[in-house]
Parts: sequence; structure tokens; C-alpha cells
Amino acid sequence: MSAAGFGFVYGLSAREAGFSVVEAMAMSTLVFAGAAQFAAVGYVASGLAWPGIILLTALLNARHLLYSAALSPWLRDVSIARRAVMSHLLTDEAFALSINHFRRLGRADERGYWIGAIGATFIPWNLATLAGVLIGAQIPDPARFGIDVIFPAAMIGLAVGLVTGRRELVAAIVGGGVAVVVALSTSPAIGIVAGGIVGPLVGLVVPVGMAAEAAPSDVVRPGGPPS
Amino acid sequence: MSTNLVLLALLMLAVTYPTRAVGLLTPGLDRLPKVAFDYLQLVGPAVLAALAAVSVMVIVGDDEVPAFHVGVEWVAVFVCLVVVARRRNLFLGLVSAVAIVVIARAAGLAAIPS
Repeated sequence: MSAAGFGFVYGLSAREAGFSVVEAMAMSTLVFAGAAQFAAVGYVASGLAWPGIILLTALLNARHLLYSAALSPWLRDVSIARRAVMSHLLTDEAFALSINHFRRLGRADERGYWIGAIGATFIPWNLATLAGVLIGAQIPDPARFGIDVIFPAAMIGLAVGLVTGRRELVAAIVGGGVAVVVALSTSPAIGIVAGGIVGPLVGLVVPVGMAAEAAPSDVVRPGGPPS
Repeated sequence: MSTNLVLLALLMLAVTYPTRAVGLLTPGLDRLPKVAFDYLQLVGPAVLAALAAVSVMVIVGDDEVPAFHVGVEWVAVFVCLVVVARRRNLFLGLVSAVAIVVIARAAGLAAIPS
């Protein structure tokens, strides 16, 4: 349900930013990472050069390392070819569903992984993206319907979902502040990159004892898009 | 129909897939320095907050000069933040934000961006 809802909103946002149906669908099928896809809409709209977009995508999605590392012990008996396909489908939701399912069973359940990753996430996300981008093309004046505020609201909502301790909170606040200051003195695109790099550096300075260190499973937020 | 961004999607895939696959396909990921894991965990909130802040606080006019912007979008995004923080429901937060903007613009309290 959440994947469908956010896929639809992503489709609307992509359309608002000028993505064609093919481009929006390429993002949803190939990248299949909600936060990075929403972010790409903003990057493209702000005129960020592709190398910058790719760098920020890599940084934003790098936390998937945590998920794949956590699932690795459970799935080591699955063939490498199937693990390679599983990897493409490893979103926040797929991780949350599968790790909780495996822990409950006390063993891996490959079929359960496929059902969660494809049936509950990949298919709804892509169908809803298609619906969003097609319907978005029929809306003559999107700003009148507040479509333009969906993007920043989605970004801040996703950020809140990832704040699991003081370190994350500091990184988010500093990232946002630095981004605005740098954007005003240079350009929005450079500001976003600066905020995304400086924020985590400052967050690391927060003493570990003050931070609520989160296990990968704690990072996953319920009710969000695939990320 | 434009297909220029399909190549961008492929490049994004090229940097996303390894982050998902490296742990499942190669052993020893846990030998990365802890500080690297910590940094990666902080990137998400920082990038997303940067995107949100710049989107609502910075506008670029026809002269290409960035300027500070204050508007109803601040209220909408803040309400979304509060809703998500309290209810843990992002979709409800988005609906709230859109409703605020729609009502404010329909009532003439906020300008419709060009």
C-alpha cells in the first residue's frame, strides 16, 4: 500500500519536473530506490550536472551496504545468481520484511523474500509510478493543486524516518543549514552537495555515548517508499 | 518523447546496485571501518534535509541569482515533518502539506509559483 501510494506521488513529481513516461519508468525499474528517485527529481529540476547526481545517488544509497551485510548470513546458501537478482530488489521494505520474517522463523525463507520484494514492493511501486506520471500529465496547472510541495515534503518526511538518534538529527540539521547557506552564495545544486557531505561529517562528531546507535533494522521506517 | 534520462537511470543503477550486492555476493564487508558505516548511516538524513531545505528556502529568479524565499511552503513542510515525527505516517504528512498549500493558494493567502 505504501509503495503504491508513494510510487504514485513519485510519478506526479517526476512529471512535474518534466520527466517523460519512459524516463520516470526507467528510474522506477532500474534504480528502484524511492529516496534516490525523489532526490533525482530535485537534482534534475535544479540543474545539477549528472556527475553530481550520480555522486549523491551513490552516497544516498550507500546505506544499502548495511542491509546487504545484515542479510548475507541468512542467504549464504542461495545460489549466487539468485542472490544477484535479490540484490536489485533490496530496498528498505524488502529488508525490513525479510529480516523480521527470517528472525521469526529462525531460518531464511527465499520464497518469502521474493514475495515481499516483488509482490509487495516492486510491482506496486512501478504500476503506481506509471499511474502517477500519466495522470500528472493531465493536470493543467499542478501548482494550483499543491503538487510542487510534494517534493520538499516527501524529502523532509523521509529524512525524519531516517533520524533514529542524535547523530542523525545533527547531520540532518547541519546538512539542511549548510545547503541553504551555500545555495544562496553559489547555486542550489552546489548547496545540496555541500549539505549532503558536511552534514554527516558534523554528525560523526557527536559523541557515540550521546547517539542512539541504530542497528540496520532500526533504520527502516514503516510506511515509506522503497529506498 | 524524451529518453535522455534513461541513461541517467542506468548510471544511477550502476552506483546503486553495488551497494545492494556487495554484502550479499562478497564476504568480509564487516571488515570496513566502523566510521565508514557510521558516515553512510548519516548521509541519508543529511542529503534529504538538504534537498528539502533548498527546495523551500531558495528560489532562482530570471536573473539566475539565488534568493532566500519565505512562503506557505515552509508551513506545509513543517506540518509534514511534525505529522511524520508524531504519527510515523509519511503519506498522511504529504496529504497534510498539500492540503495546506492548496487552501492557502485558493484563499489568496499565498502566491501560485510561476
